[in-house]
Amino acid sequence: MTAVTAPTSVPGVRARGFARRNPTLVLGIVLLVLIVLVALAAPWLAPAPGDAGTATHPFNVLTDPSSAHPFGTDLVGRDLLTRVMYGARISLRIVVEVLLIAGVVGIPLGLIAGYFRGRVDQVIMRITDVFLAFPALLLSLAIAFVLTPSVQNMTIAIAVTWWPWYTRLVRGEAASIATRPYIESCRVLGVSHARILARHILPNSITPVLVQMSMDAGGILLTAASISFLGLGAQDPTPEWGLIVSQGAQYFATQWWFVTFAGLAILFTAIAFNLIGDGIREMLDPRRVVSR
Amino acid sequence: MLEVRDLVVRYGPVVAVDGVTLGVPAGPAGLGLVGESGSGKTTIGRAIVRLTEPASGEVTVDGLNAFNAKRGDLKAYRKSVQIVFQDPDSTLDPRMRVGPAITEALRAHAVVERSAWPDRVTELLTAVGLQAEHADRLPHQLSGGQRQRVAIARALAVEPRLIVLDEPTSALDVTVQARVLELIAGLREERSLAYLLISHNLAVVEHLCEQVAVLYLGQVVEQGEAARVLTRPVHPYTRALRTAVPELSETLPAPATKRAEPPNPADPPPGCRFHPRCPLAVDRCRSERPLPREVGGRLVACHRAEDSLAETRG
Amino acid sequence: MLEVRDLGVWFGDRQVVGVDALDLDKGQTVGIVGETGSGKSMTAYAIAGLAPGMGARVEGSVKLDGRELIGLSDGALRDIRGRRIAMIFQAPISSLNPVFRVGDVFLRALRLHGASKANARERAAEAMRSVALSPDLLHRYPHQLSGGQAQRVAIAMAVALRAEVLIADEPTSALDVTVQAEILDVLEKLQAEESLAMLFISHDLAVVSGICDTVAIMYDGEVVERGPVSETLHHPSHPYTRELLAAVPRLTTPEAPDA
Repeated sequence: MTAVTAPTSVPGVRARGFARRNPTLVLGIVLLVLIVLVALAAPWLAPAPGDAGTATHPFNVLTDPSSAHPFGTDLVGRDLLTRVMYGARISLRIVVEVLLIAGVVGIPLGLIAGYFRGRVDQVIMRITDVFLAFPALLLSLAIAFVLTPSVQNMTIAIAVTWWPWYTRLVRGEAASIATRPYIESCRVLGVSHARILARHILPNSITPVLVQMSMDAGGILLTAASISFLGLGAQDPTPEWGLIVSQGAQYFATQWWFVTFAGLAILFTAIAFNLIGDGIREMLDPRRVVSR
Repeated sequence: MLEVRDLVVRYGPVVAVDGVTLGVPAGPAGLGLVGESGSGKTTIGRAIVRLTEPASGEVTVDGLNAFNAKRGDLKAYRKSVQIVFQDPDSTLDPRMRVGPAITEALRAHAVVERSAWPDRVTELLTAVGLQAEHADRLPHQLSGGQRQRVAIARALAVEPRLIVLDEPTSALDVTVQARVLELIAGLREERSLAYLLISHNLAVVEHLCEQVAVLYLGQVVEQGEAARVLTRPVHPYTRALRTAVPELSETLPAPATKRAEPPNPADPPPGCRFHPRCPLAVDRCRSERPLPREVGGRLVACHRAEDSLAETRG
Repeated sequence: MLEVRDLGVWFGDRQVVGVDALDLDKGQTVGIVGETGSGKSMTAYAIAGLAPGMGARVEGSVKLDGRELIGLSDGALRDIRGRRIAMIFQAPISSLNPVFRVGDVFLRALRLHGASKANARERAAEAMRSVALSPDLLHRYPHQLSGGQAQRVAIAMAVALRAEVLIADEPTSALDVTVQAEILDVLEKLQAEESLAMLFISHDLAVVSGICDTVAIMYDGEVVERGPVSETLHHPSHPYTRELLAAVPRLTTPEAPDA
């Protein structure tokens, strides 16, 4: 009788090994993938795509969850399953856009501040400090209030409060890398500052930022939902989750489904992001003992 | 070719380099800068490649001034001096492959046209004892000795007049060190290289340099032919340094300095900086800084140089 | 006094040390020479009982006066470490907590091993003098000491604890050569006075040949050559030893003084 040993090079086995070692990350990824799929497939999967827009059904107002409307209907008769599914598209888009804008603004500023130091560093960091001094939610609310409330303006408002964190993070990394011998050898060679920043400093300082972004995604989602809940973000008929929760709040005691499903959607999406963020952090922890 | 005149470099209150004058002729030539920690030898090297700005003094290569150069001249100066650092682990960008790293040097000074870059990279790699395939490797896939070779290739790429080698082999194992030193000696002959070798290891300097300058707390204490200075030192500090070097023998080197508080670079002793630890110190040494003068066929900055020389002849 | 037999150290599946035999007697200095990856430091850590704390698996036998050290409980090991076996490292910072004054660390170590407050102070001062340092330096913080001074304090602690075996892991590699000469001098004198058994680990064959009586050359975890220093220096048998000897850059010895 021969013993059968599983070959370790089979992709399925390696994947299972990865899953066993990083359960948090895998769980988060699985959840997020589900949500993304729902968001992408919404126009085809949703029972009533028109309900995500301006359609109203006065005779179907506030009906219980049923086979026709698994999540029930809202105060103007729109199918809530549809609205929640479309809400995924909006939420995901907000998170991506905020991270993009905050990154595009914050990272270069941090690189420049950390690499050049001196006066440039002082100026950039003072500006950053000013923004950091405001509580994020308050500042976003203030900006959203000044601009006309909409998803677009809300995204900008959140991004404006978010970029300084990345500047500060990148600046620290960039400053430490700028003194390394391989950067000094570039300067002695006469390589231009632009090239040093782009080809050397940026790639070597980006990792902590990417990790931080994965951890911020959940927070951005909640901030957006909060702002919309307060009426300063998405406006009806946009099916943003926070807005739906706000609309359904007063009906909570009697028409519980109105608030609940949108709320759960926020919950699970935030959890998915947080699990991914935690998982990446765990994976990169140098002190982790990898058991064989 | 390289001329350093009365160089003074300050780091805040500390005078790291206090009036150093030295020179390196056109290649093949080697000047060794010998000293312990706090001697200022690394600072001098960094000043020559413009990584540190001096408080006063002059650094010129073939007449090109390092610090007062106009726009166009600055580029030319950078092309004429390069540096190789000590730590093989941080001397190369961990995310850049060897080929692109060397190409970056070629690109910075348009040494040859674009189409010739790959060939030039291969030529440089072979010149430092590596193979063309190494161009595709990342630094962590190379050994310490190989990384230092790449660093040397990068420095050679711009065809400099002078290379500053800052303890290029101190962080390498002794067997690897021997091979890299062999490489440097070989390149010196093949390319008529001129270099400034900074090292705390007297034997290494003796093998690779014709001239040597011994530094103590930012000042040159002895300067001259390496063979002469290192095997028959005159200045009491150089003598102490020489006797302290452990040899492959069954006896330990006898400590040759008086026990004293280690020198504080921020508050150096008055007069001759070595006087608290010098077995030959007299009153004059405590108040008057000795200037270099010719004794025993080399320059020595010591009031009692003649007596010290007589002692060695013993 | 110290007997090492069939010592093996593994990190996971990888064996980093495989030393068949190593002996150390009172008053004797044994040197272990090797380059990076030779396993010389790991051997020292294994002997000192520090290897399991680094995640390594240790097998074999290390006997101190007949008593087996491998597999001893933490409590028993702590007793032995410091009191019978002391260790000094390349960076003295390893032995000196930067948040405390040097004297505090010193006194605490002594009291941990049973000395009374007054007695500890006495012994600490005495130990400092034996390494040619003023006891006043005990009031300083580690960062206020030079490398050479800090290393001497580490040696003083080993002496004060009346250790019988001193394991020195590259104790002078980070020091200037003039300071190194002083430290080696201190170690040599101390060893003669206290009849220490010393294990000296270094990559520097020249230093080892000066201070050690016998030397073991390590390569890739194994001892490839061992013997009295004079034998090994002048009649090396293993090719790696010959390569090491050939690779050491040598200063030309001065010939007869010129006229």
